Amino acid sequence: MAAAAPSATAVSTAALLAPNPAPTSAFLRRTQLTRHRLHSLKCRRAAAPRRPPLFHGECFVVGDNIDTDQIIPAEHLTLVPSKPDEYRKLGSFAFAGLPSAAYPTPFVAPGEESSRYAVIVGGANFGCGSSREHAPVALGAAGTRAVVAEGYARIFFRNSVATGEVYPLELTDAGAWKECKTGDVVTVDLGNSVFINHTSGKEYKLKPIGDAGPVIEAGGIFAYARKTGMIASKASA
Amino acid sequence: MASSISTAAKASAAFAHKKELAAPAPAQHRAGSSRRTKPCRVRAVASPARAPRAPSSTGSVKSAMTMTEKILARASERAALEPGENVWVDVDVLMTHDVCGPGTIGIFKKEFGEDAKVWDREKVVIIPDHYIFTSDERANRNVDIIRDFCVEQNIKYFYDIKDLSNFKANPDYKGVCHVALAQEGHCRPGEVLLGTDSHTCNAGAFGQFATGIGNTDAGFVLGTGKALLKVPPTIRFVLDGEMPPYLLAKDLILQIIGEISVSGATYKSMEFVGSTVESLTMEERMTLCNMVIEAGGKNGVVPADETTFKYLEGKTSIDYEPVYSDAQARFFSDYRFDVSKLEPVVAKPHSPDNRALARECKDVKIDRVYIGSCTGGKTEDFLAAAKVFLASGKKVKVPTFLVPATQKVWMDVYSLPVPGSGGKTCSQIFEEAGCDTPASPSCGACLGGPRDTYARMNEPMVCVSTTNRNFPGRMGHKEGQIYLASPYTAAASALTGYVTDPRDFLM
Repeated sequence: MAAAAPSATAVSTAALLAPNPAPTSAFLRRTQLTRHRLHSLKCRRAAAPRRPPLFHGECFVVGDNIDTDQIIPAEHLTLVPSKPDEYRKLGSFAFAGLPSAAYPTPFVAPGEESSRYAVIVGGANFGCGSSREHAPVALGAAGTRAVVAEGYARIFFRNSVATGEVYPLELTDAGAWKECKTGDVVTVDLGNSVFINHTSGKEYKLKPIGDAGPVIEAGGIFAYARKTGMIASKASA
Repeated sequence: MASSISTAAKASAAFAHKKELAAPAPAQHRAGSSRRTKPCRVRAVASPARAPRAPSSTGSVKSAMTMTEKILARASERAALEPGENVWVDVDVLMTHDVCGPGTIGIFKKEFGEDAKVWDREKVVIIPDHYIFTSDERANRNVDIIRDFCVEQNIKYFYDIKDLSNFKANPDYKGVCHVALAQEGHCRPGEVLLGTDSHTCNAGAFGQFATGIGNTDAGFVLGTGKALLKVPPTIRFVLDGEMPPYLLAKDLILQIIGEISVSGATYKSMEFVGSTVESLTMEERMTLCNMVIEAGGKNGVVPADETTFKYLEGKTSIDYEPVYSDAQARFFSDYRFDVSKLEPVVAKPHSPDNRALARECKDVKIDRVYIGSCTGGKTEDFLAAAKVFLASGKKVKVPTFLVPATQKVWMDVYSLPVPGSGGKTCSQIFEEAGCDTPASPSCGACLGGPRDTYARMNEPMVCVSTTNRNFPGRMGHKEGQIYLASPYTAAASALTGYVTDPRDFLM
């Protein structure tokens, strides 16, 4: 079983195993249990340490300075991301702005609404340019789970976390995108902070996502705030 | 909230020393150190957060801060703070427009409730400007959505437009949000202004903290009036020397972006000081701060002075208190420019940092010129273009599109006399030069937009533009080639049909 996940909401393993002087379960009160079995029950009953996300699938490779106009061209910004049907349509236009000469394989196949590529591999300054939140939204709506890049423009990074749409993961070293090809089978392992390209056989270290991880896992900043009790479910005023 | 210590640490390794630059001849060496001020200590960014120091515990000792740090400290009610800290700030103004407004409103209602009220109906400014003069139904619907919200919430500042066939029939309509914010007195020194648009950094020209955020962050601000921001370290740009008559602020910022690259200021503040900056008008300072985002900057600032106060007279009745960087403030790095030695520059396709001298691109044949946007569609931008057309007296050789940023700018174009013209207005000079008639004020084709947007690039062409971005497809067609330039350079290029250094006409 994995060690306690590096999550702000995780409880340490020691705390899970500590004897509880006032067990709340009726089952426990009625039963004569040895100390050992009590611990095992507690382990199973308490929130098990969450396994950090693991994504597996084909990757789509882009280069440096991919700006948000290439991720979602401005003509599609009339679509409002908070409307479900328009959210889906945004997904169908993800990466529609990439020049076809440099990127002959479309991210979303013609006629499809989502992409076969679960992971995007990029270079430096991914998501630069406009602040449009439609950019991480389009990627998430298309089915992307994670972007693995050398670095991010700040508004794109912030939007990815706030919406919880994609994990903006950073590689520790440069050059990975040059060694990957669109269609390579990859694994993104947040628990071990590693990006594996099974097709090429190469592995790359990732920087831990840190506090941003639980926010994205919860589904964005609002969901996280509610989950952790920072704000009430629906504020009345 | 999201952290980015890693990016900062990488950047701090690159900027290990103060740079002194006198472009375009890097071999020039400044003899003597009489003009040098005390060197600035470079400070590592990845410092751990420290607990705030209560004033009572330290007596009169205050930690030195840059103006960006001071603004965020005041907004978060902290005596002091340091780059890298995450702080909750009170937002003074939140701006949104027709493209991001509906999404922001959707999130606000979903998270705070259908009947929720915005935190302060006087601090939300909603400005339709992006996709206005179009028959695109969704675009039109989006303006209706923000109108409905403004009515429901009784939003004080909503610059509405209903009659799309005649912008003048809409007395409230302004146009481009960043120029409207300035013209309507919403930009004030020392304040925090957030907007759902990357060029919100434009307002830093007023000595305030202004930056772009996404719909979700904006939805949060709508409900709470607060935002969680990470304090950026500041890169200082000292611009000294007399501004040559053929240079504009656009040349200065393109010079800087070309110097530090499109990610050179990521997660950082850019502070512009020096005698040249002090000589700039407010509109020129806005042009400077407008493109901070193109270098990846979080915000840009120009210290407020008499020029700022004069501009604000009569525009705002809200008190403001400017702040200034302490003499001992620590900057991430320093760049110095002798402006008198700079030349007109362009940013070649397809990146704002792909800098080149305008004169070195004189063999680039162009298909059109576009003068407009928050970056290059203000009154002074049009006066500058008119100056070049006037000096030439000839007609343009390529279609030249003029899109005033706001109604006010449009009116200035039609009423202000151009110096040295014997009383002609910009519009007259433009007409004589064979330019297109100035269009309805909006963001226009700066970002392409719906297919029927005026001056949109629907075929691959070469365009010289006073706008802010030239990534592939920015103005419409993915194979379009955009050369970013100052209004002087754009006008000069229109006259020759090639990328042209404005000195060909101004000297």
